[in-house]
Amino acid sequence: MATITLSVNFSGGLETLFANRTAHTVSIPARVPVDAALWDTWPAAPESAGAPDADAVTMKPADMAYLLHHLRTRVLTARPELFLEHGTVRPGILALINDADWELEGEGAALLHDEDEVVFISTLHGG
Amino acid sequence: MPPKTCALCSSARAILKRPKTGQQICKDCFFYVFETEVHNTITEAQLFKPGDRVAIGASGGKDSTVLAHVMKTLNDRYNYGLELLLLSIDEGITGYRDDSLETVKRNQEQYDMSLKILSYDELYGWTMDAIVAQIGKKNNCTFCGVFRRQALDRGAAILNVDHIVTGHNADDIAETVLMNIMRGDIARLGRCTSICTQGEDTIKRSKPFKYAYEKEIVMYAYFKKLDYFSTECIYSPDAYRGHARAFLKDLEAARPSAIIDIIHSGEAFEIKEVVKATQKIQQTCKRCGYMSSNELCKACTLLEGLERGMANAGVTDRARKKMDAEGPAPENLRIIPFFQQPAAPHRTDISIADTST
Repeated sequence: MATITLSVNFSGGLETLFANRTAHTVSIPARVPVDAALWDTWPAAPESAGAPDADAVTMKPADMAYLLHHLRTRVLTARPELFLEHGTVRPGILALINDADWELEGEGAALLHDEDEVVFISTLHGG
Repeated sequence: MPPKTCALCSSARAILKRPKTGQQICKDCFFYVFETEVHNTITEAQLFKPGDRVAIGASGGKDSTVLAHVMKTLNDRYNYGLELLLLSIDEGITGYRDDSLETVKRNQEQYDMSLKILSYDELYGWTMDAIVAQIGKKNNCTFCGVFRRQALDRGAAILNVDHIVTGHNADDIAETVLMNIMRGDIARLGRCTSICTQGEDTIKRSKPFKYAYEKEIVMYAYFKKLDYFSTECIYSPDAYRGHARAFLKDLEAARPSAIIDIIHSGEAFEIKEVVKATQKIQQTCKRCGYMSSNELCKACTLLEGLERGMANAGVTDRARKKMDAEGPAPENLRIIPFFQQPAAPHRTDISIADTST
């Protein structure tokens, strides 16, 4: 299965939720199920019980919504409620894709490509 | 999706969606509009005069770091003729303020400004670490807030400056408007949106980032690669402000103009004279000479409570009466050095106004 590799950076205090590390390299599937309910078990080993039949699942290219899910379930080490809320980043957290505001790219719907750089900055800390 | 082009220059790739306007703009146009808006805020409010010595209240955090950068940029670009200095307060919080002060020291070199660090320890004889060790985490923000305000004024007096600028941004001010409404503090509601405050005899204080969104301040720091420190204070933060902040951020997510709209609402309130009349007349503290609405200023009351082991005396009226009932302050009580307001320095009466229009 094809994967894409992303550079993901956390700053502004967010790094404390990700093992106190600013820079992460993250690999995710190039294509993911459209149905977010399947993400928890994706990518599933073909022989595992109850795994969705890969041929029957409708797929889409990996996007920011999938990356957020991936970061929360596989990278985050503490207090998920300080990172995500209602399926998106908590208000006050800025996200950039290749140094551009993700609000310009459709936020969760923004598509990701191999070697993209994603940055999350919390504005909620200190003054 | 093809890259979006800048709504202002129509050539470069857009990198930011402005929360205030929804415009999509490129990096250079962003720097230009952000700086120009701060310049307009400064000139419209006529904050400075040529020759003013201005202290930038610097914590090492994002707002004051960006403020130092922008003040230096504008002072050079528009010939404000200001002498800029950095003033930092060391509250004595190990693992928090000591680290952030390292950031300020780097800023001092980067911006070539002199830096004064004034500590709670030298001024009050107590660090926040020592205060929290005595009183616990509850109410410690009261001590810190009162002590910081006075420390900034005293630091400014030591530096003989005319003016202190702080990094309070639009989000902070909108939050304060909401908090004052929710607390029914109408007198504060009436003045919390003022860009510049000046007591009877204190140094002018102003907020050049009054209309600058936090999002843009953080984006500015990111794209300029400014060096700032971002860690939450290790002692319990102001819970009430935290709620107001979360509420405001939710509003902003739904409608980004909410922040500036709330500030405008705050500015438009007309406060009845009867409310203004209930404010106590300002006097000077009989013990330390700082401005006060009572015989003793808040900092002296808090300090006396700490010294006498009755720390709540400065927090609640009941505890204050209890301390008074135990007799007057002992003779050997540690007190804050007497506050000497600097003599008014030479001034010209010309304000810096925008001459380009």
